[in-house]
Amino acid sequence: MSKLTLTTEGDTHVIVKRHFTASPEAVYRAHIDPKIVQQWMLGPEGWTMPVCINDARPGGQIRYEWSNGKGQGFYLTGEFLELHPYSRIVHVERMHLPDPTPDNHVETTFEPNGSGTLMTMRMTLPDAKTREMMLATGMEGGMEASYVRLEGLL
Amino acid sequence: MNFGLNLDAAFAALADPTRRAILARLASGEATVMELAEPFEMTQPAISQHLKVLEGAGLIQSRIDGTRRPRRLAKAGIDAMDEWLAMLRKALEANYDRLDQILANMEPKRKRRGERR
Repeated sequence: MSKLTLTTEGDTHVIVKRHFTASPEAVYRAHIDPKIVQQWMLGPEGWTMPVCINDARPGGQIRYEWSNGKGQGFYLTGEFLELHPYSRIVHVERMHLPDPTPDNHVETTFEPNGSGTLMTMRMTLPDAKTREMMLATGMEGGMEASYVRLEGLL
Repeated sequence: MNFGLNLDAAFAALADPTRRAILARLASGEATVMELAEPFEMTQPAISQHLKVLEGAGLIQSRIDGTRRPRRLAKAGIDAMDEWLAMLRKALEANYDRLDQILANMEPKRKRRGERR
Protein backbone atom coordinates (compact mmCIF):
# COMPACT_ATOMS: atom_id res chain seq x y z
CA MET A 1 0.00 0.00 0.00
CA SER A 2 1.30 3.41 -0.95
CA LYS A 3 2.15 5.80 1.87
CA LEU A 4 1.13 8.71 -0.31
CA THR A 5 -2.39 9.91 -1.00
CA LEU A 6 -3.30 12.40 -3.70
CA THR A 7 -6.88 13.64 -3.70
CA THR A 8 -8.87 16.54 -5.02
CA GLU A 9 -11.17 18.56 -2.78
CA GLY A 10 -13.92 20.88 -3.98
CA ASP A 11 -13.25 22.56 -7.31
CA THR A 12 -9.85 24.12 -6.68
CA HIS A 13 -7.84 22.06 -4.18
CA VAL A 14 -5.39 19.21 -4.47
CA ILE A 15 -4.36 17.50 -1.23
CA VAL A 16 -1.21 15.39 -0.92
CA LYS A 17 -0.51 13.51 2.32
CA ARG A 18 2.60 11.51 3.13
CA HIS A 19 3.94 9.95 6.31
CA PHE A 20 7.65 10.09 7.14
CA THR A 21 9.53 8.16 9.82
CA ALA A 22 11.61 11.27 10.65
CA SER A 23 10.77 14.12 13.02
CA PRO A 24 8.76 17.19 11.90
CA GLU A 25 11.95 19.25 12.33
CA ALA A 26 13.91 17.07 9.90
CA VAL A 27 11.09 16.92 7.32
CA TYR A 28 10.56 20.69 7.57
CA ARG A 29 14.28 21.36 7.04
CA ALA A 30 14.34 18.99 4.05
CA HIS A 31 11.70 21.20 2.42
CA ILE A 32 13.54 24.52 2.76
CA ASP A 33 17.28 23.74 2.78
CA PRO A 34 18.28 24.10 -0.90
CA LYS A 35 21.13 21.59 -0.53
CA ILE A 36 18.60 18.97 0.58
CA VAL A 37 15.73 19.97 -1.77
CA GLN A 38 18.11 19.62 -4.71
CA GLN A 39 18.66 15.96 -3.84
CA TRP A 40 15.07 14.75 -3.83
CA MET A 41 12.62 17.07 -5.62
CA LEU A 42 13.48 15.67 -9.03
CA GLY A 43 10.44 14.01 -10.60
CA PRO A 44 11.01 11.35 -13.22
CA GLU A 45 14.17 9.23 -13.41
CA GLY A 46 17.10 11.00 -15.09
CA TRP A 47 16.16 14.58 -14.14
CA THR A 48 18.35 16.83 -11.98
CA MET A 49 17.93 20.27 -10.38
CA PRO A 50 21.01 22.30 -11.34
CA VAL A 51 19.59 25.52 -9.85
CA CYS A 52 17.89 25.57 -6.45
CA ILE A 53 17.31 28.98 -4.87
CA ASN A 54 15.30 28.91 -1.69
CA ASP A 55 15.32 32.07 0.43
CA ALA A 56 13.31 30.77 3.36
CA ARG A 57 11.83 33.91 4.91
CA PRO A 58 8.51 35.68 4.31
CA GLY A 59 8.76 37.37 0.90
CA GLY A 60 11.84 35.26 0.04
CA GLN A 61 12.22 33.98 -3.51
CA ILE A 62 12.04 30.40 -4.76
CA ARG A 63 13.53 29.28 -8.05
CA TYR A 64 13.97 25.64 -9.05
CA GLU A 65 15.37 24.69 -12.47
CA TRP A 66 15.15 21.14 -13.73
CA SER A 67 17.08 19.53 -16.57
CA ASN A 68 17.03 16.09 -18.16
CA GLY A 69 20.65 16.47 -19.31
CA LYS A 70 19.54 16.30 -22.96
CA GLY A 71 18.76 19.97 -23.47
CA GLN A 72 15.23 19.82 -22.10
CA GLY A 73 14.24 21.66 -18.98
CA PHE A 74 11.74 23.88 -17.22
CA TYR A 75 11.66 26.00 -14.10
CA LEU A 76 9.46 27.07 -11.24
CA THR A 77 9.42 30.39 -9.41
CA GLY A 78 7.63 31.37 -6.24
CA GLU A 79 7.64 33.34 -3.00
CA PHE A 80 7.40 32.32 0.62
CA LEU A 81 4.48 33.87 2.49
CA GLU A 82 4.75 32.32 5.96
CA LEU A 83 7.22 30.05 7.73
CA HIS A 84 6.48 28.53 11.13
CA PRO A 85 9.38 26.27 12.14
CA TYR A 86 8.85 23.24 12.16
CA SER A 87 5.12 23.00 11.53
CA ARG A 88 3.94 25.08 8.58
CA ILE A 89 5.12 26.63 5.30
CA VAL A 90 2.93 28.76 3.04
CA HIS A 91 4.16 29.76 -0.40
CA VAL A 92 2.96 30.47 -3.92
CA GLU A 93 4.52 28.92 -7.00
CA ARG A 94 4.12 28.80 -10.76
CA MET A 95 5.65 26.64 -13.46
CA HIS A 96 7.27 28.20 -16.53
CA LEU A 97 6.65 25.91 -19.49
CA PRO A 98 7.88 28.46 -20.66
CA ASP A 99 4.72 30.56 -20.18
CA PRO A 100 3.92 30.92 -16.48
CA THR A 101 1.00 28.89 -15.16
CA PRO A 102 -1.49 30.63 -12.80
CA ASP A 103 -0.29 30.82 -9.19
CA ASN A 104 -0.59 27.72 -7.08
CA HIS A 105 -1.02 28.61 -3.38
CA VAL A 106 0.52 25.86 -1.28
CA GLU A 107 0.18 25.31 2.45
CA THR A 108 2.41 22.54 3.80
CA THR A 109 2.00 21.34 7.37
CA PHE A 110 4.17 18.94 9.38
CA GLU A 111 2.48 17.24 12.34
CA PRO A 112 3.95 14.75 14.80
CA ASN A 113 2.37 11.40 13.99
CA GLY A 114 3.33 8.34 16.01
CA SER A 115 7.12 8.25 15.95
CA GLY A 116 7.21 10.26 12.70
CA THR A 117 5.57 13.08 10.79
CA LEU A 118 2.44 13.50 8.74
CA MET A 119 3.03 16.00 5.94
CA THR A 120 -0.06 17.54 4.34
CA MET A 121 0.27 19.70 1.26
CA ARG A 122 -2.86 21.65 0.41
CA MET A 123 -2.71 23.30 -2.99
CA THR A 124 -5.25 25.93 -4.01
CA LEU A 125 -5.59 26.86 -7.67
CA PRO A 126 -7.46 29.96 -8.87
CA ASP A 127 -10.25 27.92 -10.49
CA ALA A 128 -11.34 24.40 -11.46
CA LYS A 129 -9.98 24.67 -14.99
CA THR A 130 -6.50 25.64 -13.81
CA ARG A 131 -6.50 22.70 -11.43
CA GLU A 132 -7.41 20.31 -14.22
CA MET A 133 -4.72 21.77 -16.48
CA MET A 134 -2.19 21.39 -13.67
CA LEU A 135 -3.10 17.77 -13.09
CA ALA A 136 -2.95 17.11 -16.83
CA THR A 137 0.45 18.75 -17.37
CA GLY A 138 1.85 17.43 -14.09
CA MET A 139 1.41 13.98 -15.50
CA GLU A 140 3.41 14.57 -18.64
CA GLY A 141 6.66 13.29 -17.17
CA GLY A 142 4.98 10.06 -16.19
CA MET A 143 3.19 9.84 -19.53
CA GLU A 144 6.47 10.17 -21.39
CA ALA A 145 8.05 7.43 -19.31
CA SER A 146 5.09 5.21 -20.07
CA TYR A 147 5.39 5.87 -23.79
CA VAL A 148 9.01 4.75 -23.61
CA ARG A 149 7.95 1.60 -21.78
CA LEU A 150 5.17 1.02 -24.29
CA GLU A 151 7.58 1.33 -27.21
CA GLY A 152 9.58 -1.45 -25.63
CA LEU A 153 6.49 -3.66 -25.44
CA LEU A 154 5.12 -3.16 -28.95
CA MET B 1 -2.97 -2.73 -18.86
CA ASN B 2 -5.67 -3.36 -21.42
CA PHE B 3 -6.78 -0.48 -23.61
CA GLY B 4 -9.01 -2.76 -25.68
CA LEU B 5 -9.43 -2.50 -29.41
CA ASN B 6 -7.94 0.94 -29.99
CA LEU B 7 -4.53 1.00 -28.37
CA ASP B 8 -2.75 2.96 -31.11
CA ALA B 9 -5.60 5.46 -31.46
CA ALA B 10 -5.81 5.91 -27.69
CA PHE B 11 -2.12 6.67 -27.34
CA ALA B 12 -2.12 8.99 -30.35
CA ALA B 13 -5.11 10.78 -28.81
CA LEU B 14 -3.37 11.09 -25.44
CA ALA B 15 -0.15 12.43 -26.97
CA ASP B 16 -1.69 15.91 -27.29
CA PRO B 17 -1.76 18.18 -24.20
CA THR B 18 -5.05 19.87 -25.19
CA ARG B 19 -6.73 16.47 -25.50
CA ARG B 20 -5.34 15.41 -22.13
CA ALA B 21 -6.72 18.64 -20.63
CA ILE B 22 -10.11 17.97 -22.26
CA LEU B 23 -10.14 14.53 -20.65
CA ALA B 24 -9.19 16.08 -17.31
CA ARG B 25 -12.07 18.53 -17.68
CA LEU B 26 -14.52 15.74 -18.54
CA ALA B 27 -13.34 13.80 -15.49
CA SER B 28 -15.27 16.31 -13.38
CA GLY B 29 -18.47 15.90 -15.37
CA GLU B 30 -19.98 16.05 -18.85
CA ALA B 31 -19.64 19.22 -20.92
CA THR B 32 -20.71 20.66 -24.24
CA VAL B 33 -18.34 21.76 -27.01
CA MET B 34 -18.95 25.38 -26.04
CA GLU B 35 -18.06 24.72 -22.40
CA LEU B 36 -14.95 22.83 -23.46
CA ALA B 37 -13.80 25.51 -25.90
CA GLU B 38 -13.92 28.33 -23.34
CA PRO B 39 -10.91 27.61 -21.08
CA PHE B 40 -8.61 26.73 -23.98
CA GLU B 41 -9.22 29.90 -25.96
CA MET B 42 -9.76 27.73 -29.02
CA THR B 43 -12.46 27.91 -31.64
CA GLN B 44 -15.32 25.43 -31.45
CA PRO B 45 -14.28 23.74 -34.73
CA ALA B 46 -10.76 23.20 -33.33
CA ILE B 47 -12.20 21.66 -30.17
CA SER B 48 -14.61 19.55 -32.25
CA GLN B 49 -11.63 18.17 -34.14
CA HIS B 50 -9.96 17.12 -30.84
CA LEU B 51 -13.25 15.61 -29.66
CA LYS B 52 -13.50 13.57 -32.86
CA VAL B 53 -10.03 12.11 -32.21
CA LEU B 54 -10.91 11.31 -28.58
CA GLU B 55 -14.22 9.75 -29.62
CA GLY B 56 -12.53 7.70 -32.35
CA ALA B 57 -10.13 6.35 -29.75
CA GLY B 58 -13.02 5.29 -27.52
CA LEU B 59 -11.98 7.68 -24.73
CA ILE B 60 -15.16 9.79 -24.72
CA GLN B 61 -18.79 9.39 -25.73
CA SER B 62 -21.57 11.81 -26.53
CA ARG B 63 -25.29 11.70 -25.93
CA ILE B 64 -28.11 13.65 -27.52
CA ASP B 65 -29.99 16.10 -25.31
CA GLY B 66 -32.30 18.20 -27.49
CA THR B 67 -29.96 20.31 -29.60
CA ARG B 68 -26.99 19.70 -27.29
CA ARG B 69 -24.54 16.84 -27.58
CA PRO B 70 -22.74 16.79 -24.24
CA ARG B 71 -19.57 14.69 -24.06
CA ARG B 72 -18.49 12.53 -21.16
CA LEU B 73 -15.66 10.11 -20.42
CA ALA B 74 -16.06 6.58 -21.72
CA LYS B 75 -14.77 3.61 -19.70
CA ALA B 76 -11.41 3.74 -21.51
CA GLY B 77 -11.20 7.47 -20.75
CA ILE B 78 -11.85 6.87 -17.06
CA ASP B 79 -9.18 4.17 -17.04
CA ALA B 80 -6.76 6.58 -18.75
CA MET B 81 -7.44 9.29 -16.13
CA ASP B 82 -6.90 6.76 -13.32
CA GLU B 83 -3.66 5.76 -15.00
CA TRP B 84 -2.53 9.42 -15.10
CA LEU B 85 -3.31 9.98 -11.43
CA ALA B 86 -1.43 6.78 -10.61
CA MET B 87 1.58 8.03 -12.58
CA LEU B 88 1.52 11.44 -10.88
CA ARG B 89 1.36 9.65 -7.55
CA LYS B 90 4.29 7.49 -8.65
CA ALA B 91 6.41 10.54 -9.61
CA LEU B 92 5.68 12.16 -6.22
CA GLU B 93 6.32 8.88 -4.44
CA ALA B 94 9.73 8.62 -6.17
CA ASN B 95 10.59 12.08 -4.79
CA TYR B 96 9.52 11.18 -1.26
CA ASP B 97 11.30 7.81 -1.38
CA ARG B 98 14.50 9.77 -2.10
CA LEU B 99 13.66 12.09 0.80
CA ASP B 100 13.19 9.06 3.10
CA GLN B 101 16.77 8.03 2.34
CA ILE B 102 18.09 11.53 3.08
CA LEU B 103 16.09 11.73 6.32
CA ALA B 104 17.38 8.30 7.37
CA ASN B 105 20.91 9.68 7.04
CA MET B 106 20.03 12.78 9.08
CA GLU B 107 18.36 10.75 11.81
CA PRO B 108 21.33 9.17 13.73
CA LYS B 109 22.24 12.59 15.17
CA ARG B 110 18.69 13.05 16.40
CA LYS B 111 18.47 9.55 17.86
CA ARG B 112 21.53 10.16 20.02
CA ARG B 113 19.91 13.36 21.27
CA GLY B 114 16.62 11.54 21.85
CA GLU B 115 18.24 8.87 24.05
CA ARG B 116 19.18 11.44 26.65
CA ARG B 117 15.57 12.49 27.15
